[in-house]
Amino acid sequence: MPIARAAKRATVRLGAVVLAGALLAACGSGDSSDSSDSAGGKVTLNVDLFGSFGFKEAGLYEEYQKLNPDVTIKQSDTQDEADYWKSLQTRLAGGGGLADVQGVEVGRIASVTQQQADKFQDLKEFGADKLKGEFAEAKWSAATTGDGKILGLGTDVGPEAMCYRTDLFEQAGLPTDREELAKKWATWDGYLELGKQYKKKAPTKSAWLDSVGSLYGIMIGQEKERYYDASGELIYEKNPAVKEAWDTSVEAAEAGLSAKLDQWSPQWNQAFAAGSFATIPCPAWMLGYVKGQAGDAGKGKWDIAELPGGAGNWGGSYLSIPRAAKHKEEAYKLIEWLTAPEQQAKVFQKQGNFPSSTGAIETIADAKDEYFSGAPIGRIFGEAAKESPVQVLGVHDQNVMQQITNALSEVERKGTSSDKAWQTAKKGVDNVIG
Amino acid sequence: MSLTATAKAGPRPSGTGPGPDDGRATALRRTWRKASPYAYIAPFFTLFLAFGLFPLLYTAFVSLYRVELQTSGEMEWRGIANYTALFTDEYFWISLRNTFTIGVLSTVPQLAMALGLAHLLNYKLRGRTFIRTAILLPYATSVAAATLVFAQLFGRDFGLINYVIGLVGFDPVDWQTGTVASQIAVSSIVIWRWTGYNALIYLAGMQSIPHELYEAAEMDGASRWRQFIHVTLPGLRPTIVFTVIISTIGATQLFGEPLLFEGSISGGISHQYQTLGLYMYEQGWGFFHLGRAAAIAWVMFVLIVVLVGANALLVRRRARKEAGR
Repeated sequence: MPIARAAKRATVRLGAVVLAGALLAACGSGDSSDSSDSAGGKVTLNVDLFGSFGFKEAGLYEEYQKLNPDVTIKQSDTQDEADYWKSLQTRLAGGGGLADVQGVEVGRIASVTQQQADKFQDLKEFGADKLKGEFAEAKWSAATTGDGKILGLGTDVGPEAMCYRTDLFEQAGLPTDREELAKKWATWDGYLELGKQYKKKAPTKSAWLDSVGSLYGIMIGQEKERYYDASGELIYEKNPAVKEAWDTSVEAAEAGLSAKLDQWSPQWNQAFAAGSFATIPCPAWMLGYVKGQAGDAGKGKWDIAELPGGAGNWGGSYLSIPRAAKHKEEAYKLIEWLTAPEQQAKVFQKQGNFPSSTGAIETIADAKDEYFSGAPIGRIFGEAAKESPVQVLGVHDQNVMQQITNALSEVERKGTSSDKAWQTAKKGVDNVIG
Repeated sequence: MSLTATAKAGPRPSGTGPGPDDGRATALRRTWRKASPYAYIAPFFTLFLAFGLFPLLYTAFVSLYRVELQTSGEMEWRGIANYTALFTDEYFWISLRNTFTIGVLSTVPQLAMALGLAHLLNYKLRGRTFIRTAILLPYATSVAAATLVFAQLFGRDFGLINYVIGLVGFDPVDWQTGTVASQIAVSSIVIWRWTGYNALIYLAGMQSIPHELYEAAEMDGASRWRQFIHVTLPGLRPTIVFTVIISTIGATQLFGEPLLFEGSISGGISHQYQTLGLYMYEQGWGFFHLGRAAAIAWVMFVLIVVLVGANALLVRRRARKEAGR
């Protein structure tokens, strides 16, 4: 074979190899250029949230961009908090792809302060400590680490009430006045008793309650100590409060009061409009959800009454800034503004998310909601927020609760005995903590 | 274009070749000739090393530690404790059992139906090309889209399937809660997606069976059914083995369908349709136990290797038997 030809061929081959190598290298290096910073000091802030925080809905981003022409805000969100948390944890571990502002649910805040304090920005460096007096005490302290780092600013809290369908109540011959109902179901026994009455005369395919999981959730929200004690020890097994919420839920399931729906499932969503249940435990953030799922057709058919068995809190959130964020200072300015009293009040009026800022709570005391037959939501949720206990939060709160509600679903849907289901729940929790 | 270039380069007189430094060039050439094959396969192996072998080995390494995603910097040595824990872990066995039962529930009807479909498509039908393309459509649908639609169809209160069941006069079935019902529902998604694909593979296999065999069978008076049993099936054996192996691997790794069926990482309230893949996901990305998830990944890997190995062994033994006949 002639050398010239062989050499040419070799060159071509070598070229192909080099090209392939270059392509590989290009894959590896990725896009390291910073696309969010354009010229002229303009900044794009990425805000990554779950569920519905209501900032966009209340027009707050537009307002902020008008006040600060140099800032553009981009929001991304995930409906389900569990999915959001998974994705956030992956990005935190990898250290990339994090937004400038990340939402954190209250059930996760203990994990942030106890396990990941090094991955979030201490907001004290930007002067957050001066805001302390503006927030409800419990809200503030939950996001503060043992050594005084402030890792998030509170957005909403989840004071609890009971939402119900007045039209269905009427058909079943039950009273529809919220004051009267609040008296009748002052205790959970009263609530179940009314449920049994409802069942006797209820329209077809309509149950008293959406799911025993949500009944359990709202009841456990009334307790101070739940799954962990203040020292961080897991105590759910011997906690009488957990036992009581469990037993009541089992009783509701065994009496056939539940529509047997999984919260957050597509079927649950469909059931809002279909009238499959007459009552649903309602933390304040549920109002927006009810409106979204039941739609305009549901307007005026819903009402809100005080919760059986006293005040409680379920959920609520924080805004935090990851250490790896690009524009920490600008991000801090944004979250300070978003969590200020005026803005929290606006979100409440639009979306129902109840403010954690004490200043905002005062301004909305007289708020009413037309969708919910003009219910005085400012007063009902305001009182609940004032009286609800300061909860002890644990690292695995969210997952422990998931295992318990799964086991309750077995009682509800498969008729599993209470004892057996409790064993399942314990096994599940061991598996989570493991 | 390249063809003509080669043709032109071809008949060049060889006399112009050798120059003064012929020895060195030959040595270089020889080295290059030896080394170049490695250079050609280098891109693939670089990729494989980075995205195949390294993760595999690193997973093995991680599986010996207790690692939590939230605190992934702290690794605590556990030795084989992650593996021994699996053997006493009830949920592991449940998910192993589910993987097996869903695998059987989805693979057997899927391959049987594919075989039947292929046989029908092998006849001269009107619009044959259209039908052949159409049965591949489910395969082109994404897992997520298909699963979400099926989840709606299988809805307990508002699902179409329960509606039809109600019309016939039976009680509605809770397709999510019951172990058997939910596994049938999940399997049906798999069957729907993969039957067409397997049918096309079988069809290709059938068309490579010599026509003379059928003619001979016909002359011997064999009916269509007997032809199918005695000509088509033996001729398809290598194809069937291939699809069985591929389906077995697919069934062992089943993940998207059970995850999205209810959006539950536990595979239902009592793990009733949680597969091994989903259990691994729950441990790793639900509970953030990366070490345990890595151990499950390795058990799955070994399981697949054993299954495929057993399959291959059976096939080889069979082939040897036939050769000896």
